[in-house]
Amino acid sequence: MTLDDEILTEFLAESRENLDLLDRELVALERDPAGQHRIAGIFRAIHTIKGTAGFLDFKQLESVTHAGENLLSRLRDGHITLTAGMTTSLLSMCDAVRLILTSVELDGTEGGADHGELVDLLNSLHMAPSAFPRPAPVPSVESVPTPLLLKPAPIETTTTVAALTREPTAPEVITELRETAVAETSVRVDVGLLDRLMNLVGELVLARNQILQLVEQRDSAFAATSQRLNLITTELQEGVMKTRMQPIGNVLNKFPRVVRDLSQSCGKRVEIEMEGAETELDRTIIEAVRDPLTHVVRNAIDHGIEMPAARIAAGKPAAGRLSLRAFHEGGRVNIELSDDGAGIDPERVRQTAIRRGIISVEQAARMSEQESIALIFRPGFSTAEQVTRLSGRGVGMDVVRTNVEKIGGTVEVHSVLGRGTVLKIKIPLTLAIVPALVVTDDGERYAIPQVSLLELVRLEGATALAAIETIQGAPIFRLRGNLLPLVYLRSALGGAQRVLTEDAVINIVVVQADDRPFGMVVDGVNDTGEIVVKPFGREIKGVSVFAGATIMGDGRVALILDVLGIAQRSGIMSAARDRMRADNKAQEADQRPRQALLLFQIDDESRLGLPLSKVARLEEFSRDRIERAGRRKVVQYRGDILPLIDLCEYFAGTPTSTVGDSIQVIVYAENGRRFGLVVRRIIDIVDDTPEIECDAASPGLFGSTTIQGRVTDLLDVVSVIRTVDPALLEKRAAA
Amino acid sequence: MSRQLCTFYLNGLYIGVDVTRVQEVIRYQEMTRVPLAAPEVRGLINLRGQIVTAIELRTRMGFPPRPDSQLPMNVVIRASWGNVSLLVDEIGDVVEVSEEMFERMPETILASMRDLFLGIYKLNQQLLLVLDTERAIGVSDPREVRN
Repeated sequence: MTLDDEILTEFLAESRENLDLLDRELVALERDPAGQHRIAGIFRAIHTIKGTAGFLDFKQLESVTHAGENLLSRLRDGHITLTAGMTTSLLSMCDAVRLILTSVELDGTEGGADHGELVDLLNSLHMAPSAFPRPAPVPSVESVPTPLLLKPAPIETTTTVAALTREPTAPEVITELRETAVAETSVRVDVGLLDRLMNLVGELVLARNQILQLVEQRDSAFAATSQRLNLITTELQEGVMKTRMQPIGNVLNKFPRVVRDLSQSCGKRVEIEMEGAETELDRTIIEAVRDPLTHVVRNAIDHGIEMPAARIAAGKPAAGRLSLRAFHEGGRVNIELSDDGAGIDPERVRQTAIRRGIISVEQAARMSEQESIALIFRPGFSTAEQVTRLSGRGVGMDVVRTNVEKIGGTVEVHSVLGRGTVLKIKIPLTLAIVPALVVTDDGERYAIPQVSLLELVRLEGATALAAIETIQGAPIFRLRGNLLPLVYLRSALGGAQRVLTEDAVINIVVVQADDRPFGMVVDGVNDTGEIVVKPFGREIKGVSVFAGATIMGDGRVALILDVLGIAQRSGIMSAARDRMRADNKAQEADQRPRQALLLFQIDDESRLGLPLSKVARLEEFSRDRIERAGRRKVVQYRGDILPLIDLCEYFAGTPTSTVGDSIQVIVYAENGRRFGLVVRRIIDIVDDTPEIECDAASPGLFGSTTIQGRVTDLLDVVSVIRTVDPALLEKRAAA
Repeated sequence: MSRQLCTFYLNGLYIGVDVTRVQEVIRYQEMTRVPLAAPEVRGLINLRGQIVTAIELRTRMGFPPRPDSQLPMNVVIRASWGNVSLLVDEIGDVVEVSEEMFERMPETILASMRDLFLGIYKLNQQLLLVLDTERAIGVSDPREVRN
């Protein structure tokens, strides 16, 4: 590397940092236009870039930054006030500078892009006379950008208001001094070098472990030296780990700009507040959470925060609030993203999940609100009604979850409809060294990361074998009254089934994958300890049951088990999914349009069907919940009044006779309104291609067809409602 | 134009690999078996802290397994994604060969095997086959991927 190259590399790195600062500060300044110290900082950052650009003879860069600097100097001196248009053009200036820098890095030139228009725009902005003249105009500073410190006398001669606006001068001096001090005690280090150091420390840890094993056989002087080596290694390991730590702010600080751009482009108003940007994480993890975090922030703005009008109508401030909080807890880093937006509607999530074939109607009916909301993490789910520019491109929350889980983290979501959503992401501090349990099976050692470990169960004696029961060949163990599916590690890894003898000791490692616990039966449980995770060759990448490899104290390699991969391979996870795939295949085979029908009875003989797509839910209400509103029968349902239509009364003239104290209700959605159809009994849900074979025998029916070999009437719900109470079909005005 | 080849023996064949591709040659190392991996993946070895996959070249080429009494040698090859070790029977010398001794693989050799070689150098005493290292270390699909 020549001297010039070095200067250039240094310039690129420094300018990038300055640009990030600019993005952040400009957005902050827009919110608080009076922040004089901010303007000064922004001015300095641009000035530095401009100065070096001139020195290195980058003409375009110099002219762009010069225009920006002029505008800022006017702002700084109070000649003009910052407007949204100015912020946007200053931010475009940052983008233009970035573009030029990228090109400089690639081929040493400033690239072909023409920034003349931007320069003109910036110039026109600072030339324009300000609509809001500020007090204390300082004459003739425009041509000579005088540093704040040297501000001349006018302060004393003008009013007190003017003096107040100048006040930030004093803290300014201190900031500048502090910054110089920091620059002297820190050095820029190449990330590659840090990675190599980390690898070497990993080596040292292993060598130390080997020596500690040897120590037992040697004299005491050697043991003492080894102890020292042990201590030093541990300290060195911690030290090097620390050098790789970066504040999460490196990712978070990009968000104010992202939020500003996004909210402007979709016409929303969003304020972002951040806390804990100084929380430190290993840089590999920082890289890994960058994309998922950006995605959830985008989601929150796109789906979470409502339009200003809707917010005001809901009694909330027009500007949505997005809050990002990062903090350490229990050796992990928590990141919480909360918004005060519309929240997630569990009902809508369920409906979408049903439509996408992710869950069945029966499953949906059994789900709690929390379970329903968690459906957004399922693959193939995306609630966006329309594909928008921001999200809904098929990269959904499932990708976010997969990416977070890949680094040993977890994601959960809590939401209150109309109040907002909180997303909690928990991630480990580092990936390089993880605590793990070492087990033996079939003559090999395997490491299981502690994060997926729940507990260890050891069965011995005569009862051991009997404790494992089987259903259809699938081994199951009763753990404190709950059924725990078991997997023999040996069979999961493609080996022969272990033959358990009467006096065998059975070791069950209880782990969890995707919130689902299961037990792994292994030959022996060895030890716990910190392992250094090493990548293995791509020859083995395709084997999903391993997450990586590590080197044990004796120098041999041991594989790290991927609990999720084992669960999937052993069918613990995939049973439900496979069933769905089989269903889908059956559907594909029959090309005729099929329709899901809900079959029900209104008396003992009838058999009726209606399209499932219109069914919101199946409910059971106790009789005493039925109230009267005018001549209608209604029940209170999810904060709404649900009108009831008794189908038996409609067709036969007598109210539905029910067994016991409850009524069966089909909640039906039409025209954005919901009705409850009271029926005798729900029979089944079938997939069929209903063709009307016989005309309607009665009003309120489309006609009759045969389903499952029996004659079934198809209900015409709209006509029924129209006969009973036409007013119900009118669209609610403010719905 | 001459080049240097690092040579070894495998099932009676004399095979060479370009010296620049060879990281090192080491004697037999204890290996960790990798269940569910492709059959030619014999295991993982610890090469001074780096984890290296050992590929049994006999299996790769469809030769019978090596007798138990005979321990293989490791020829560690540099690959773009890390190092890979080839397990061979015996190590030969580094030989210098010139282009005029080179000839393409004869068509009569079984295609599955022919594909793993770039050609043949006709040495005075015997024929030296040049291994196509990229193909030799490119593992066939692991079983799991297929199902």
